[in-house]
Amino acid sequence: MDELMLDGNAIGGLLQEVFAVEMTTAIGACGSCGTGGPVGAVHVYRGAGIVLRCPHCGNTLAKIVKSDSRVWIDLAGIRVLEVTV
Amino acid sequence: MPPEAAKPVVSRGWRGRRSTDVDPARIPPGQYVTRDFPVLSAGPTPHTSLELWDFSIIGELDSPRRWTWEEFRALPSEEITRDIHCVNKWSKLDTVWRGVSVDTLLEGIETAAEYVTAYSDGGYTTNLPLEDVTGGKAWVVFAYGGEPLEPEHGGPARMLVPRHYFWKSAKWVRGLRLHLSDEPGFWETNGYHNDGDPWQEQRYQGD
Amino acid sequence: MAGTAVSGRLTWQLAELVEVIVETPHVKTIVLDVPSWPGHRAGQHLDVRLTAEDGYQAERSYSIASALDGTRVALTVQRLEDGEVSPYLTDELRPGEKIELRGPIGGYFVWEPSDRGPLMLVAGGSGVVPLMAMIRTRAAAGDDTETRLLYSSRSPDDVIYRDELELLSGNGLGIVHTLTDSQPPGWMGYARRVDAEMLAEVAPSPAERPRFYACGPTPFVEAVAEALVRLGHDSPAIKTERFGPTGR
Repeated sequence: MDELMLDGNAIGGLLQEVFAVEMTTAIGACGSCGTGGPVGAVHVYRGAGIVLRCPHCGNTLAKIVKSDSRVWIDLAGIRVLEVTV
Repeated sequence: MPPEAAKPVVSRGWRGRRSTDVDPARIPPGQYVTRDFPVLSAGPTPHTSLELWDFSIIGELDSPRRWTWEEFRALPSEEITRDIHCVNKWSKLDTVWRGVSVDTLLEGIETAAEYVTAYSDGGYTTNLPLEDVTGGKAWVVFAYGGEPLEPEHGGPARMLVPRHYFWKSAKWVRGLRLHLSDEPGFWETNGYHNDGDPWQEQRYQGD
Repeated sequence: MAGTAVSGRLTWQLAELVEVIVETPHVKTIVLDVPSWPGHRAGQHLDVRLTAEDGYQAERSYSIASALDGTRVALTVQRLEDGEVSPYLTDELRPGEKIELRGPIGGYFVWEPSDRGPLMLVAGGSGVVPLMAMIRTRAAAGDDTETRLLYSSRSPDDVIYRDELELLSGNGLGIVHTLTDSQPPGWMGYARRVDAEMLAEVAPSPAERPRFYACGPTPFVEAVAEALVRLGHDSPAIKTERFGPTGR
């Protein structure tokens, strides 16, 4: 357990800013352990940038870095993301 | 198009928590001085026992080196006072650390390497040119403010490379890997600047 | 409800402070008027952004405390001692002045009266805010879903919405307090931190397949979620909103 950890819904605003749809109800499958679940339930860490980790195995699901005008997103840790549009 | 504020609205009288009585010459562009020490992390705090901890130099060198905690603490160490700058815009002045210079760790090493990657418990990595961690520019520190480095701040030991944004001062560091070519690390592959010089405000790729 | 995904890029909007309500010695509710507010669901939050004259900015998220009410949105803010944003919202901002916010945000930690119950809400300190939005939304809809709130506070003076909760209880809503640091004379209720035993006594049984919403500081939420799983509740049925180490 880590005191710093937040849930995916803590970055709901950032995700919606980037993807233009509500993302906390999107379902992601972890590329490492395969477990699926809503983005709102993933573990969020704030380092220099934002890291999303699988609540089951700790695998890095995504990394997000945001400047004023650009956002870099690494989604390599998510095997597939299902989004309601 | 929905109506949107053309530029941010100023909140009357609000300054936030930052310190303002500081010499501006000490503050890199875009930075603000903080009174506290924000804890930022890419993942859960590792808790490696000192019995299991070791520090290694591996990769492109004559023969790898390794120190146990006792061996590491027996190396000559020094007190270092520096300003630190985080890419998230906070700076902290006159932070006091104790650690072993990377020059000491690399003493006598034969290598053709020009780059290093610092690697940590939990999988974090960050890259630097070898010349940016030698010549008195980098340390592996084990104490902050006169006390053993707390886990949430990177203890038992972390890198201290004050001339770069603080993401390059890897927490929970376990070793340096020497390379012939540059290998961008955890954040350098995801938008942050490969070099990260606060005085040139190199926060993001392309800056 | 199908087709209710929130779409469109969030934009920063200007909101005007209309009213300030003192809830406890450290907590105030600020009622805002947001001219183009699209409406919100219980459990959603919004992001507030403050900008200093020299361009310095800070952003924080706050749960919406109120049920849907046109362009009115209420935030309940705990004033953190050395906080960057909260003291400004609770002590400096004056009625008529404006702040920037964007929202509503969130689709995961939300509850609607059409959601099947029973509903179990577990609050640690200011974590009660989004859960209160759920309780108020339930009341406004005349919904009678079996609902229980287990609310942990330090002392009686720290209980936010104390009177309103008492007023709303009944008609399927039960409120259970635990006061961890000090209790009023004659207090017969819980006087310790939420633990598995307390949850077993207060929450519906796993067989009833309740929906859980737990909100508060990260260690609190972590302990509650772990205890619920150990008691046999389904992990996906436990929704959490962690505030970080000290709360927002």
